[in-house]
Amino acid sequence: MPEAKVVTRYFDVPNVQDIDVYVRQGGYGAARKALEEMDPASVAGVVKDSGLRGRGGAYFPTGVKWGLMAKGSPLPNYLICNADESEPCTFSDRWKMTGCPHQLIEGMIITAFAIKANTGFIYMRGEFQDCRRIVEKAIAQAYEKGYLGKNILGSDFDLDLYVHMGAGAYICGEESALIESLEGKRGFPRIKPPYFPPAIGLYGAPTTVNNCETLMNIAPIIDQGADWFKTMGTEKAPGTRVFGVSGHVNRPRCLELEMGTPLREIIEEHCEGVRGNKKLKAAVPGGISSGFLSAELIDTKMDPETLGATGNMMGTGAITVMDETTCMVRVVLRCAEFAREESCGQCTPCRDGTDWLMQILHRIEHGQGSLNDIPTMLDVCNNISDGLRFRTVCGMGVTDVFPIVHGLKYWRDEFEDHIVNGRCPFF
Amino acid sequence: MSISAAEEFAGESVVSAAARREIQVLIDRYPRKRSALIPALWIIQNEHGWLRPEAMEELAEMLEVEPVEVQETASFYTLLFKKPVGRYVIDVCTSVSCMLLGGLDVSRAVQNKLGIKPGETTQDNLFTLREVECIAACMGAPCAQINYEYHENLTPESICKTIDLIAEKANVMRKA
Repeated sequence: MPEAKVVTRYFDVPNVQDIDVYVRQGGYGAARKALEEMDPASVAGVVKDSGLRGRGGAYFPTGVKWGLMAKGSPLPNYLICNADESEPCTFSDRWKMTGCPHQLIEGMIITAFAIKANTGFIYMRGEFQDCRRIVEKAIAQAYEKGYLGKNILGSDFDLDLYVHMGAGAYICGEESALIESLEGKRGFPRIKPPYFPPAIGLYGAPTTVNNCETLMNIAPIIDQGADWFKTMGTEKAPGTRVFGVSGHVNRPRCLELEMGTPLREIIEEHCEGVRGNKKLKAAVPGGISSGFLSAELIDTKMDPETLGATGNMMGTGAITVMDETTCMVRVVLRCAEFAREESCGQCTPCRDGTDWLMQILHRIEHGQGSLNDIPTMLDVCNNISDGLRFRTVCGMGVTDVFPIVHGLKYWRDEFEDHIVNGRCPFF
Repeated sequence: MSISAAEEFAGESVVSAAARREIQVLIDRYPRKRSALIPALWIIQNEHGWLRPEAMEELAEMLEVEPVEVQETASFYTLLFKKPVGRYVIDVCTSVSCMLLGGLDVSRAVQNKLGIKPGETTQDNLFTLREVECIAACMGAPCAQINYEYHENLTPESICKTIDLIAEKANVMRKA
């Protein structure tokens, strides 16, 4: 299937980061249409009808999320763009924001109009200083041309938009932790309920947090309509996904494809296959928190439902490809080190459990493990998350254990090999 | 760490007047002052290289919060330096995609070249090395950031060459 052009519709246009170039392509036309011809309810209606689902990894219907905004609150509403992209192996948000910042800004104008917010924040991870400069320049241009600020395009709608930099904490991608961080606190996820910031969000006010890619879909949907959007992707997950493919492929890259594109097509056609003519061993479908797919599952379609059925998650659309020379114990250990490092420390199962898991995996990888370690590890995993209920305040507890559980599901013999032979067979 | 001119001449205040003006703009931007905390810490860190306790105390006063609240927040975030660091902070990514393509070799090359381990700073205070989680540049793995500038498709040789260039430039500046 050819590459899709929704989020990336202007990415081939040289210098489209400049507002004049963007406008010449038809940019800000959707914002104009929304503000001049539509009302907030009809904008939200189109997005709801389109079936767009949140691209941050949960795939919650965007229009429904907007509809949850508390009505009649005495406090002002807020819109936040989650650009804290920190999931390991995920890199397309940075590519999208630097590629076409005005499409994000336009999406935020339309979204803020729909949810009746007059202030928006782009919460960007602290490492993205280069991206920040590009997005802030675009925001300044949008103010200058009257797309931001007071009485946008002659309407009575006002919007102020700011970039707010994080400072190095994976957990701030979790929306309630992000809000805490934006309030100047540690990024501790909030206890649920309330389940959604639309009820009690930033400063206790109704708040919508949408992922950067979600917001970049909004202008194309308003331009071309819900029916057009639904011609792409699957019935339950319409539209596209920007995949970021890395690891052992000949051509690591970001590319936009329809939701439901088979993994085989992505690896073999779009990324020109596994490097060095080696055999595929494993792939991560959407950031390491989404678990692993073994090589036999290469024909899996990349959409939330199909990946849910394989026991994975669609996650961030970040595909990491691993060839036959990869030591899966080493990879799982790295995932466990990450979980330990980035656990916010609020809940005991996640904070202490990830440390135990890292220690056990460390000794297995270095030939010091025992066969008892495998059931012990699964036991610790079960104490962090049994996959059904939340035992921690946020979903990180659930995803901490995915790489380990999947690693043992597909490559248990490899773990046992390390233990029985007292060494890593790959080094 | 060199003491900045602002610090030397500002008298009692550690945070310079220019930084205070920038922070005031932030305070006015947010509905609640405390929201300016992390962005303000960035401004202070950019000025001093790290977060001196006295600077954090002054910020607490500006934000009308307790000093411990500033410290509590600062302690949570890995990009906010609570101790002095080198003039150049080398963050080598060793997350999964980079590890698959030699990220650990890149880190080891830096360790051997500079004679420091991850988390340490060279004696001349020029370089600090850290091994970090994914920095979202997997397309160019293995990658690193040096003072937040990306360096991609690294090899042990190329990172050493980059370090040489930075050291050379720093020496020229020091002599001048």
